[in-house]
Amino acid sequence: MAFYVVQFLTGLASAASLFLVASGLSIIFGVTRIVNFAHGAFYMIGAYIAFTLTERLSGAVGFWGAIVLAALAVALIGVLVEMVLLRRIYHAPELFQLLATFGLTLMVEDLVVLIWGPDDLVGRRAPGFRGAIDFFGQNIPSYDLFLIVLSPVVLGILWLLFQRTRWGVLVRAATQDRDMVAALGVNQKWLFTSVFAVGVFLAALGGALQIPRDAVHHAMDLRIIVEVFVVVVIGGLGSIVGAFVAAVLVSELNAFGILIFPKISIILVFLVMAVVLIVRPWGLFGKPEAAARKTPGLTVNPWRPLTSNERLAALAALVVAATLPLFAGNYALTVGSEIAIFVIFAVSLHFLMSVGGLASFGHAAYFGLGAYGIAFLAKMAGLPMIVCLLLGPLLGCMGAAVFGFFAVQLSGVYFAMLTLAFAQIVWSIAFQWVSVTGGDNGILGVWPEKWAASPSNFYWLALGVAALVTIALRAMVFSPFGYALRATRDSLLRSEAVGINAKRIQWTAFVIAGTTAGIGGALFAYLKGSVFPDNLGISLSVDALVMVLLGGVETVSGAVIGAIVYKALNIWLVSQTDLSKLVLGGFIVLIVVVFPKGIVGMLEMLAQRRRKASPPGSPLIAKPIESAE
Amino acid sequence: MRARNYFVGAAFALLAGGMAHSAMAQDIKIGEINSYSLLPAFTEPYRKGWQLAVEEINAAGGINGKKLVVVSKDDGGKPADAQTAANELVSSEGVAMLTGTFLSNIGLAVSDFANQKKVFFLAAEPLTDAVTWSKGNKYTFRLRPSNYMQAAMLVEAAAKLPAKRWATIAPNYEYGQSAVAVFKKLMSEKRPDIQWVDEQWPPQGKIDAGPVVQAVAAANPEAILNVTFGADLVKLVREGNTRGLFKGREVVSFLTGEPEYLDPLKEETPEGWIVTGYPWYSIKTPEHDAFLKAYQAKYSDYPRLGSIVGYQTIKAAAAILAKAGATDPEKLIAAAEGLSMPSPFGEITFRKIDHQSTLGAYVGKTALKDGKGVMVDSVYKKGADYLPSDAEVEKLRPKD
Repeated sequence: MAFYVVQFLTGLASAASLFLVASGLSIIFGVTRIVNFAHGAFYMIGAYIAFTLTERLSGAVGFWGAIVLAALAVALIGVLVEMVLLRRIYHAPELFQLLATFGLTLMVEDLVVLIWGPDDLVGRRAPGFRGAIDFFGQNIPSYDLFLIVLSPVVLGILWLLFQRTRWGVLVRAATQDRDMVAALGVNQKWLFTSVFAVGVFLAALGGALQIPRDAVHHAMDLRIIVEVFVVVVIGGLGSIVGAFVAAVLVSELNAFGILIFPKISIILVFLVMAVVLIVRPWGLFGKPEAAARKTPGLTVNPWRPLTSNERLAALAALVVAATLPLFAGNYALTVGSEIAIFVIFAVSLHFLMSVGGLASFGHAAYFGLGAYGIAFLAKMAGLPMIVCLLLGPLLGCMGAAVFGFFAVQLSGVYFAMLTLAFAQIVWSIAFQWVSVTGGDNGILGVWPEKWAASPSNFYWLALGVAALVTIALRAMVFSPFGYALRATRDSLLRSEAVGINAKRIQWTAFVIAGTTAGIGGALFAYLKGSVFPDNLGISLSVDALVMVLLGGVETVSGAVIGAIVYKALNIWLVSQTDLSKLVLGGFIVLIVVVFPKGIVGMLEMLAQRRRKASPPGSPLIAKPIESAE
Repeated sequence: MRARNYFVGAAFALLAGGMAHSAMAQDIKIGEINSYSLLPAFTEPYRKGWQLAVEEINAAGGINGKKLVVVSKDDGGKPADAQTAANELVSSEGVAMLTGTFLSNIGLAVSDFANQKKVFFLAAEPLTDAVTWSKGNKYTFRLRPSNYMQAAMLVEAAAKLPAKRWATIAPNYEYGQSAVAVFKKLMSEKRPDIQWVDEQWPPQGKIDAGPVVQAVAAANPEAILNVTFGADLVKLVREGNTRGLFKGREVVSFLTGEPEYLDPLKEETPEGWIVTGYPWYSIKTPEHDAFLKAYQAKYSDYPRLGSIVGYQTIKAAAAILAKAGATDPEKLIAAAEGLSMPSPFGEITFRKIDHQSTLGAYVGKTALKDGKGVMVDSVYKKGADYLPSDAEVEKLRPKD
């Protein structure tokens, strides 16, 4: 019995750090609607700075002072980031801030290694909390007891802050309806900055408090960020109490789960999230999102098909691209094939995000399923390549049909997180089911047949498929189905009022996007000759999001440019510099500031201004830009 | 359509290809790939190791009079990116062979690439047995002692312990799974009286150490096998120390004696663990002295195991190239099979039968000295003594 009590307390201690970080994220999202991907980075910087300070300052006062100082210092960095970077992009399309914070995260990962070196750092133990307390023969670390007490205290302070202060009232009001708060004359700028600072402070405090039990290293951020998102979503976005309950729930399920299934940790949080979201679409303590007032941005510049001149220009460009094998070497061709494949992947997500208004955080699942489909068909059934390419993406299609059915019942960030949960579940199946998928050692030897083996032939194949896919999806945007889908995106209620079966339309779009991603994955399997669980992983899903956002989420097919720029730059930087994350992150942040509508979105805007300024004829600059559409 | 954008892509690709143009024609180039950005704690010393080797080789007149150049690429910890890098090295840099890699899945991905494109590949670090056995191919060789070899070395010491109730803690991925499987198999062969009472599989890099330690303690084992390393090991050791998990229990642990993983533990280093590792401070052989002196002179830092691996990888590559006298992969394979060469750990040989080198490892016990973790009573175990019989290897390896 004593054992179960101690295991329960241990779970509570694990919940504490999760709660601190999650509450910060939840507050920030509630008010600013920013999906703060950099929250893990702030957590990590908190730990690093606390490490440095605790090594310098001595004694108990020094230690605890250092923890608080570190959190304050990071909060200051947070304020800077908010004022310099995020303030500029609050009015950018939804999720664009995710791109900015993603760029920051990349930069921070390289920066901490530059500043603190590559080795894992182990900090001091907390003065006064070094040992353990004996509980009927079981040891409970006293630091765990400290954490167990700390988290309800923090919860209480936050509650008082939100219920009993004017600032708290404003924050709650802004969480509910920030436009109304602004209309009533509240200075939104400072409200947002202060909220961001509090959120970052909590993240950094969570990181700093890990010093006595963890190692400080450059991958801490990724280790926690996804789990924290999950906790926030299970609890209900914007709800502090929800974050607390969810953190405890997840940690306790883990603490007791490993007694029965020792391998469960790898997937547990995602299983819990999927179940919670299917049963309670807004999390345990969340409320349905109020119908957001649509920014008019989407309607100012209605989408239109290409003119015949633009079509000719695009065709010409395709022909030029097809001549690449005449003068480029094998490496350039292989990179070209990879870029073409990522164009397919990005346009498939773009179709779901821009046309359907459904941002998936787990789109790699369908890409990876397509790749695994190929591996199964080619390696186990021994089918010829053409047959594999036709049938492989069906696995992506089936996955999308099953998961999409559940996912489209939700919307907004909840939709995004449910897709993430499904993707992680698929990933862990690929990772764990060693006898079928080979686990993380993957399936090797999936090379193309002779006719497609040469780099030039494979390049033409990938280019051709990418062009076909882009044309097909574009045609779909301007088909009746596309109009219906856009209607559900712009106003769910109105579209249903005119007789559109919104859920079915969205589900169909999800399946189309999943299948298309599967086509990309199928080609990818042949390009690399092997399939790994990585192909289903979070980082690939994030890559796809970044490509779409970079290109411009409000454009008809900006993802094509986004994919080309991001992938080419990524491959080139990784090859040329050891600090590729720093440079790439910096580039993304720069793009976000300079092109708040994405690259293509911005070019379109410029072109439009130009068109208005000069008489309609042949504006030299506008033309290539539009053919880029 | 958007097709003109492919042109932009093509231009980028060309740029990427063009930027890395080859050096002098008479140089011999080796392509090197590792997870520099993902695992800097290991790969930084590793890089220093191979840079030292390149310097020494060129100072001694290069390879048959030609200068050795190593072109190094980062794979970011992703198999797909490692293949892109391998492709660049082979197609546009024109390297004579590929070397490097740390993670097992990346080692396998590059090995499969090498097999497909008929390129010589010398795997440096990946430990999975599959590289030389179940997924072995004629183009792939490996330097470091495999999972099987390290398990066999540890089992030799572990089997002498009186403990009968064993628990295991290992990261939940291929490396952890196969380390536990091999250890269990070899151990149960030697000691049929052993019981396996618990196993814990925390996700790699995400151990929730408190509950794991508590769960293992609840099974009340007499001895524990640990396979976690890096930040997970730190958390496990700290929780284990506070909760008294290791008190009165024997612990056998993979890799923990390597400075990369032992040094961060500082005064928390648990004493008396039986580990594999690299006690650079207590190795007193002329070969190692020479290496240590050169390394400390160049970097004014002590070597980690990664330094040895990086150093010996390039030394081995150079020896193979020198013996082959050509860069044709078939000739390189012929030269490498059965080739013996000196190393800081003594002479090693690349076996003809499975392309595994006989580089060994040190087995010893952890101890705390001046607030730092060290390995004591270390003994060098030759790799050749811990490999299964040729007949068994034949069965494990697919026919070329």
